[in-house]
Amino acid sequence: MKNEQNTGLGRRSFLRVSALGGGVLLGLYAKPSLAQTPAPAAPGRGGRGGGRGGFGGELSPLAFISVAPNGVVTIMGKNPEVGQGIKTTLPMIVADELDVDWKDVRVEQADVDQVKYGFQSAGGSTGTPLNWDSMRKVGAVGRQMFVSAAAQTWGVPETELTTASGKVIHRASNRTVGYGELAATVATMTPPAAASVRLKDPKDFKIIGKATPAVDNLGIVTGKAVYSIDMMLPGMLYAAFERSPVVGGKVVSANIDEIKALPNIKHAFVVEGKQQQTPVLPGELALASGVVIVADYWWAAQSARKKLKVTWDDGPAASQNSVDYAKNAEAMSKTKPGRQLRNDGDVDAALKTAAKVVDVAYSYPFISHAPLEPQNATAWFKDGKVEIWSASQTPGGGKQSVAAAIGITQNDVTIHQVRGGGAFGRRLVNDYVAEAAYVSKQINGPVKLLWSREDDMQHDFYRPAGFQYLTGGVDASGRLIAFRNHFITWGQGDRSAASAMMSPAEFPARFVPNYQFSQSVQPLAIATGALRAPGSNALGFVMQSFIDEMAHAAGKDPVQFRLDLLGEPRVVEGYDAGRMSAVLKTVAEKSEWGKRKAAKNTAMGVAFHYSHRGYFAEVVEVSVDAASKVKVNKVWVAADVGSQIVNPAGALKMIQGAVIDGMSETMNQEITVEKGRVVQSNFHQHQIVRLTQAPPEIEVHFVTTPNPPTGLGEPALPPVIPAICNAIFAVTGKRIRTLPLSKSGFSWA
Amino acid sequence: MAFKLTVNGQPTSVDVPADMPLLWVLRDVLNLHGTKYGCGIGQCGACTVHLGGQAVRACLTPVSAATKAPITTVEGLSADGSHPVQQAWMEIDVPQCGYCQAGQMMSAAALLAKNSKPTDKDIDTAMNGNLCRCGTYLQIRKAIHKAATIKTKPAQSARK
Ligand code: FES
Ligand code: FES
Repeated sequence: MKNEQNTGLGRRSFLRVSALGGGVLLGLYAKPSLAQTPAPAAPGRGGRGGGRGGFGGELSPLAFISVAPNGVVTIMGKNPEVGQGIKTTLPMIVADELDVDWKDVRVEQADVDQVKYGFQSAGGSTGTPLNWDSMRKVGAVGRQMFVSAAAQTWGVPETELTTASGKVIHRASNRTVGYGELAATVATMTPPAAASVRLKDPKDFKIIGKATPAVDNLGIVTGKAVYSIDMMLPGMLYAAFERSPVVGGKVVSANIDEIKALPNIKHAFVVEGKQQQTPVLPGELALASGVVIVADYWWAAQSARKKLKVTWDDGPAASQNSVDYAKNAEAMSKTKPGRQLRNDGDVDAALKTAAKVVDVAYSYPFISHAPLEPQNATAWFKDGKVEIWSASQTPGGGKQSVAAAIGITQNDVTIHQVRGGGAFGRRLVNDYVAEAAYVSKQINGPVKLLWSREDDMQHDFYRPAGFQYLTGGVDASGRLIAFRNHFITWGQGDRSAASAMMSPAEFPARFVPNYQFSQSVQPLAIATGALRAPGSNALGFVMQSFIDEMAHAAGKDPVQFRLDLLGEPRVVEGYDAGRMSAVLKTVAEKSEWGKRKAAKNTAMGVAFHYSHRGYFAEVVEVSVDAASKVKVNKVWVAADVGSQIVNPAGALKMIQGAVIDGMSETMNQEITVEKGRVVQSNFHQHQIVRLTQAPPEIEVHFVTTPNPPTGLGEPALPPVIPAICNAIFAVTGKRIRTLPLSKSGFSWA
Repeated sequence: MAFKLTVNGQPTSVDVPADMPLLWVLRDVLNLHGTKYGCGIGQCGACTVHLGGQAVRACLTPVSAATKAPITTVEGLSADGSHPVQQAWMEIDVPQCGYCQAGQMMSAAALLAKNSKPTDKDIDTAMNGNLCRCGTYLQIRKAIHKAATIKTKPAQSARK
């Protein structure tokens, strides 16, 4: 048997201890473990769910669960934790099926090992849907192994045994044994096939469905939780990186010697830039060109940037400006679209017969992710291998990025997952991880690379801006009969920039008999990427605002118009109209839509949106005063994410947070480009909703349906934006077709 | 230059430039990582600490201005989570990513030290400088009201 005390207390444990300033975590390594020799799951076919590991065969409970003799259960949290609560959610599922008490569970963050733990990522609201089945099976198979071990020990048939609270029970002989006492036996067993093991009846869940506080709360409130930015290594230095202000620009020359002579500066060097980011589709493997400064502490490196004199070759991107983007889009809207991607019925003919036609232009801006913890990573390159500590959302991709950036193989890259201070899609891209590895290799020692807030805001992979030219027609009965969209986005030829495409099936496609969707692209210098509810965060605004316009053109109530548009409960090309109608009816009922007498200058707006497998409808009540100051009084959310909310406490926070996040996007957030450079640099120019601006109440109602449980990181966000805009229209008669609202003279009350 | 500081009750001395912000002295010299960096320009409040009992932004406080009064960081509220603000934060389950919460709690603790029963208006004034990118404001407000009802630790241990 492998003794964790001898083998586990190497460098890694030392690092953890030094990072925490105490020995608290040593116990985790010193105690005997069920998983003493974790057998990697055999490679197999397997998709991402269904009890399979995603990257291999069935996941083994031996990799996830260890039980100490005193009954304390340690469960590995497999996915990156960046505030979405997955480090609590997934272990809850395992613990319930394992049949242990939550109070006996400790959760530990797993390192990146996708053979052992399956697909590890945070993104696309996939944590729950991709792991629901497999985590249940990990727990249930684990439970079965304890049952078998007890049956062996007592010489009784397994069928006579039950479990509860981390114990196996034999009623006939009135005997019980704790899992901890069986752990040594279990460690020698081979896990049975998951298919042979019975899962709990959901009505017997004891942990799943119970509001459970996040497992890291104590660490967070005492300041001991280790975030990526808090990593420490012995002899570690701190790095700052002055990147080319224009994407794809290069350093021509820099006053490196002067910088090196400054106090506390240990290294300064030019980075050539490994692989130039292509203007249209920025590659994840790119290494920006610039100057790295390494010092005894970060502030010394950061301050030295003020003394840097760099001559840049800006490259072609320096000719780009936001004002031109808008002018180009306007000009393109008047010409034949680049590509037609959907054409149902005959839009032109239908528009000719329409009783009312609305022909308008919508637009929305680039947005920065701006998680509160700026990008950073800690790296230690030694003997041709590198170890990384980071809060990457895609640590598997991080291995690739690092390997490519510094010319080693992925097998020589180890990534430790450290808690992240938010992510919102920014940490799907591993540019800063690769940079840290590169710097460590250059200086041949441990280093923490930290981006300043300004770096973070000006070198992001932005939510792409977009322009949509819409024409809609309703017939005399008020039915939406025609819909045409000319979408102007970013790309070259047939290729769209990252996250800048729109599905030809985007609602209301499939629900309007005559529907035409075309796309044109213009080139873009800055990089784009996925921001929380990618695509949907903008498309929800456009579609649900325009549908509201059509409801008014039809002279119909906005809720009723939408219900008519959805029609009978049925599934149309994958879109479940019944589930959406149900949440819409629920939110209308709970908000007393059309029934409440509104105060002066106050009204409600409604919107719904399907994204990331979730059906969401939201109503917002706003007041708008004569000075265009907007107060969101209350938000009602109705959500259908399937049969089971795993952690109602986490679910509520995710939804309320998404609503507030959507409010930030609605009012103030816009990134603009001048001469290829991002103008906004910090939170004063790209504002987040503050406490006084947040609504006093965000009421959430779950509509449960017999569908597999799905994720909550994203789908609550898209509807709130159009719901606010539609409410503002209801108060002021002013239709919002451009975001952010600040551009139209609005501000928060 | 050498500066004498008192951090969480411990006298200490650091040899750093006079204009180095307290935030980076705490984080990179004293290895007290609870205090966080979010913006560096006084916009987010993630770096909030107490200086002589007042909530201040450590990113805008040069170390030379921090020698005259005791400094308290989140680690100084209590190491075991027993400070009423910490208890309330756990009970209400406030954090999402948690990165802003040290700053939020320090602003809240400074408010409660002066005002044991803050109204929503008082909370607005004291907390509006602290951004939460994850949007935990509803929980924060609830937790401050909750903390106001929790007796401080000395009173509790006196009962034991
Ligand atoms: S880091 Fe000090 S206010 Fe943001
Ligand atoms: S909890 Fe993430 S920034 Fe506040």
